[in-house]
Amino acid sequence: MKPAAIDYARPKDLAEACAMLNEAGDAAMMVAGGQSLVPMMSLRLTAFETLLDVSRLEALKRTEDEGSHVFLGAATTHAMIEDGKVPDPSQGLMSRVASKIAYRAVRNMGTIGGSVALADPAADWPCGLIALEAEVILAGPDGERALPADGFFLGPYETAREPNEIIVGFRIPKLPPAARWGTFKVARKSGAFSDSLAIAVLPGDGSARVALTGTTAHAGLLVRASEALPSGNVAALREAARADIAELDPDADAYRVRCHLATVTRAAAEALS
Amino acid sequence: MSADADPNGWIGARLLRKEDARHLIGASTFTADVRVPGLMEVAFVRSQFAHGTLSGIEKPEGLEARVFSAADFPDLKSIDGGPELPSFRTAPYHAFAREKVHFVGQIIAACIAPTRGKAEDIADQVFADIDALPAVVDTVEALKPGAAILHDGFADNAFIHATVSEGDIEAVAATAPVSMRRTFRMNRQATVPLEGRGVLAYWDHRLDELVVYLSTQGAHMMRLGLCLALGLPEHKMRVIAPDVGGGFGGKNRLMPEEVAICAIALKTGKPVRWIEDRREHLIASVHCREHHYDITLYAERDGRILGLKGEVHIDAGAYSLWPSGPFMEASMAARNLPGPYQMQALHVETHTVATSKSPMGPYRGVARPGACFAIERAVDELAHELGLEPADVRRINLVASEQMPYRTIGGMRLDSGDYPKALSIVREMVDLAALRRRQMEGEADGRRIGVGFAVYTEQSGHGAAEWMKRKSRIVPGYESATARMLPDGTMLLLVGIQNHGQGLETTLAQIAAQEITVDPANISVRYGDTALTPFGFGTFASRSIVFSGGAVARATRALADKARRIGAHLMQIEFEQTHLADGAVHGPAGKVSLAEIARAANVRQEFLPAGMPPLLEETATYEPEESGGFFSYGAHAAVVAVDPETGVTSILDYAIAEDCGTMINPMIVDGQIIGGVAQGIGTALYEEMPYDESGQPLATTFGDYMLPCAPELPALRIHHLITPAHGTEYGVKGMGEGGAIAPPAAIANAVCDALRDTGARIWETPLTPRRVSDAVAEAMGEPA
Repeated sequence: MKPAAIDYARPKDLAEACAMLNEAGDAAMMVAGGQSLVPMMSLRLTAFETLLDVSRLEALKRTEDEGSHVFLGAATTHAMIEDGKVPDPSQGLMSRVASKIAYRAVRNMGTIGGSVALADPAADWPCGLIALEAEVILAGPDGERALPADGFFLGPYETAREPNEIIVGFRIPKLPPAARWGTFKVARKSGAFSDSLAIAVLPGDGSARVALTGTTAHAGLLVRASEALPSGNVAALREAARADIAELDPDADAYRVRCHLATVTRAAAEALS
Repeated sequence: MSADADPNGWIGARLLRKEDARHLIGASTFTADVRVPGLMEVAFVRSQFAHGTLSGIEKPEGLEARVFSAADFPDLKSIDGGPELPSFRTAPYHAFAREKVHFVGQIIAACIAPTRGKAEDIADQVFADIDALPAVVDTVEALKPGAAILHDGFADNAFIHATVSEGDIEAVAATAPVSMRRTFRMNRQATVPLEGRGVLAYWDHRLDELVVYLSTQGAHMMRLGLCLALGLPEHKMRVIAPDVGGGFGGKNRLMPEEVAICAIALKTGKPVRWIEDRREHLIASVHCREHHYDITLYAERDGRILGLKGEVHIDAGAYSLWPSGPFMEASMAARNLPGPYQMQALHVETHTVATSKSPMGPYRGVARPGACFAIERAVDELAHELGLEPADVRRINLVASEQMPYRTIGGMRLDSGDYPKALSIVREMVDLAALRRRQMEGEADGRRIGVGFAVYTEQSGHGAAEWMKRKSRIVPGYESATARMLPDGTMLLLVGIQNHGQGLETTLAQIAAQEITVDPANISVRYGDTALTPFGFGTFASRSIVFSGGAVARATRALADKARRIGAHLMQIEFEQTHLADGAVHGPAGKVSLAEIARAANVRQEFLPAGMPPLLEETATYEPEESGGFFSYGAHAAVVAVDPETGVTSILDYAIAEDCGTMINPMIVDGQIIGGVAQGIGTALYEEMPYDESGQPLATTFGDYMLPCAPELPALRIHHLITPAHGTEYGVKGMGEGGAIAPPAAIANAVCDALRDTGARIWETPLTPRRVSDAVAEAMGEPA
C-alpha cells in the first residue's frame, strides 16, 4: 500500500507551525518521527491534505535541566532518551522505558511527543509520564499552557490537546537519588505493543505512583495501588490493583486482568526491592 | 567416510558464500529493482467478502482503460492444480474472479498507473457488486451436515477424502493394553519471505517474446504454468528469476497475480509490474500449515507403541494451486504420523477441506511440522499417562540403525542413520538429569522450567517413484546441469534450480571444483533464466543438493574426462596415465593446465585429437537410483521457562543433533538449520493467521502477525552426525527443511513439561501467552 498524494509543509519555527495548523485545522496532520503515522498513511487509514513536519522545530528539540524539573522537547527521540543523550529526571526509569519501545530502528526515529500525541493505548510514554507526574506543554494561538499528564489521555487515540495546539514538550519533576522504581511489560513478543505495561515509582517521600496501560482505553494512574505501594505489602497491593483495574479496564477478560495484575505486582516488587 | 575425509578436496570445506557480497553491499537485483522504461504499476482490487456472488464491476468514469477484470480476458484459462485422481474435486481458479469470490483478498480487478499510489487511487474507485454468502471457516465444522458449501457442485466441502491404512489396526486396537486419544491443532500461517512476491512483464519486440521477471523458486516450471494459462507457446516466453529473497515453498506455485500481470502486458503492450505488499502477502499469498489431528495411540504398558489410528483435517483454503494442489499435505501428514517410530498398524482418514481462505501451498517442512507436532506431543502424553520419562519412551520406539533400511508403517523407506544416538546426544547436551533436579528445586522468579524433545525425519531428494505415488501432474524426478569451460579455463555451471538463500552458488561450485580441481572462485553458477539454462524444476522439497548437485557432478565429471583425453593427446601419453590435480592434467612426467586444454578445445582445434569434436561443454541430468528419497533426521531438545501467570515462554537452551549425510559446506548446513529453527519457533510460539466467523482475516499487518525476530532466537547448539547416504553423489542428503519440522513439537512438549504440576496442557500452536495463561488458569479452576 502506498499513501495517497498529499502536500508537505515544513514550518521554520513554532510560531509559523501554530499559524499553519490554526489555519488548516483538520486538513493538516503533524508528523515528527512518523513511525505510526506513515504506516497508517500507507494503509490509507488516515486522510488529510497537508503533512505538517514539526520534527525539526528548535522549540520541540530543546532539552533542559531546569533545576527541580527537566524539560524534554516533543521531538526528542526514544533513542536519545535510551542512550542518555538528554538530561534524565527519572534516575534511569525513562531510559529503561525507552529501551523497551518497539525496535531500535523505530526508536531512532520515533519521538516522545509523537507517542503522546497519538495516544495509542498500548504506547509506553503516556504510562511513564503519568507515573512521573509530568506535565504536557502545549502551544496554541493564545500561547502556551501546561496540562498534567494524568488526565491528558481521554481514550484510545484521544487526548486533551485542542486541534490547533502543538505539543511542545514535557516538564518532568526530578526524582531524588533515593527514589526507586520498577516496570514490567507483557507483550506477545519483544517489540510488540504491550498487552499490559505497569510502572511503579517510589519518590522516597512516602508517596507512590503506579500507572498502567496496555489494553485499557488509555494509560491511567492506579489510585488504590499507589496508596498501597509504600506499605510494601505486595499481596495487599495486588488486591488494591484489582479494584483499580476493574475501573480502568472494565472490559478486560480474565487473561487481560491476569496480565495487568502480573505487571502491577512485578513493577511494584522491583520498586520495593 | 566423514565430511572431512579428503583434506585436499572442496567437499566439506567451510567456504564463505559466494553470493553474499552483493547482498551485503546492497547491490542485489530483486524483481523490484528491475528498471524498464515506461513501466506501469498495478494495484489489485480484491474481494472484501469471504464468499459471495459477483454480479458486476463498475469501473470509474474516464478511467475504464486503466481497469481490467475477468470480462477483459475471456480467453484466460483457469490455473487449476491437484493430483491426477478422479476423486479429487476441482473448482476453477481464474486469475480474475468470474461469477463468485471465495476468499477475502481474491482478485476482482487490476488497475494500472505510472505509480503504485496512483494505481491504488484508481482501485479505491472501483466498485464490485458482491452479494455475500455464508463463509466456510472452521475446517472440521465444514464437513458436518448442514455446513454451507463453498464451491458449487461439491457434495461436501472436501477437495478429497482419502485413507492411509497399513497393518491391522482393529486387531491392534482390540488387544492393546493402553489406548490414548488426543486432538491437536497446528494453526494457519503465512510464508513471509524477506522479499515478497513480485512480477514484471513486457513484450520484447526484438526477441518476439514476453519477458517475465518473477520472484519464483523455479523459472522453467512457471513458464510452463504461465503458458498454459495464457495460451502462449513456450518459445514466446522467457522467465527470469533474478535475486529471490527467500521462498520457503510460497514461491513455488502459479499465482493469479502472475497470470494477470502477463495478461495485462500482452493486452496493453506496456511493461507492467506488481510488487506484493505485506498486507497482500498476509491476506492473499500462499497460506500454510493449518492441520487438525484426532489421533489414538495404542501401546504396551512399557510405552512401546503398537499402532496409530486417526483423522486428519487439512484446511486447504479456497482453491487448489497449480501444479500440485493441497492434497500432498494430507497424504504426507498421514504417512509421516508414525515419524521415526516402529509400529504395527496405521489407519488415518484424511480430509482436504475447501474453506473461505487464501489457498494453501507448501511451506518449509510441508505437512511434517504438523505430523511431528501431533505424534511427538502424543508420545509425551503417553509417557505422562504411563508415568515414564518421555525421552525413554522415544528411545524404545525409535527405529534402530541396524534395522536400516527400514520401511515405516507409513511407507517411508528410512535409509540410514542412528536415530537413538541423535536422541541420546541432545539428551546429554541439555543434561536431562540436571534439569529434572532443577525442576524439583523450583525457580526463584516463579517461572517453571521445562524440557521437550522431538525427533523428526526429512524425506529429501525423492524422485519419480515418490512423485508418481503422490499422483503429481508434474514429476520432478531429475535435475539438469550444463558444465562449460571457457577458453581461459574458468567455468560456468548452468543449472535448472533456483538459489534463493540456500547457498547453491557456493555449494554447486564446490562440487564442480571437487571434480575438475579448479578453485570455486573460478566457477560461476548461473540459474533462474529460461533462456540460459537447461530445463529444471527449481528448488523445493530439499532436492537441489541431491539432484542439481548430482547433475553438476556428472556433467563436470564428463567434462573432466574430455579434458584428460585432450591432455593425454597433448602430452602424447595414454588416457589411463593421466589424472587431474590443481587445475591441470598430469602425466607421469609433466602436466598441461586446464587453461591450455580449454584454449585448444574452444579456439585452437588443431591441438585436439583427430576426430574429437571441439568445445568443453557437457550437459547431464541426474536422478538417484533409489527414488523413494534419502532421509535426513535429527533430534531437537528445547529448554524453556514459562511464566504461568502471563503465559510468556522464553527459550533458555536449544540443542540439535542432526544427520544430513555428507555436508558439502558445513557452514551453510548450519545456516540452513538456524533459519529453519527460527521459522519453527515462529510456528511454535508466534505466527498465526486467524479468521473470524465471517471469514475476515484478523492478522493483516505485522502489528498482528507476530514473527520471531532476533531477540526471540536462542543461541542454537548443533551437533552433526554424519552417515553418508548410499546412492547419492558423495553421500549427500537434502536438509533444507528439517530445522523447521521439530521446533513446534519440542517447544510445546517443553512448555507442557514446565506446567505439568499445574495440570495445564496445550494442544495447538502457536503457544501464545494468552493460550498458555488461559490453560494454566483453567487447570487451576480459575476463569480462563
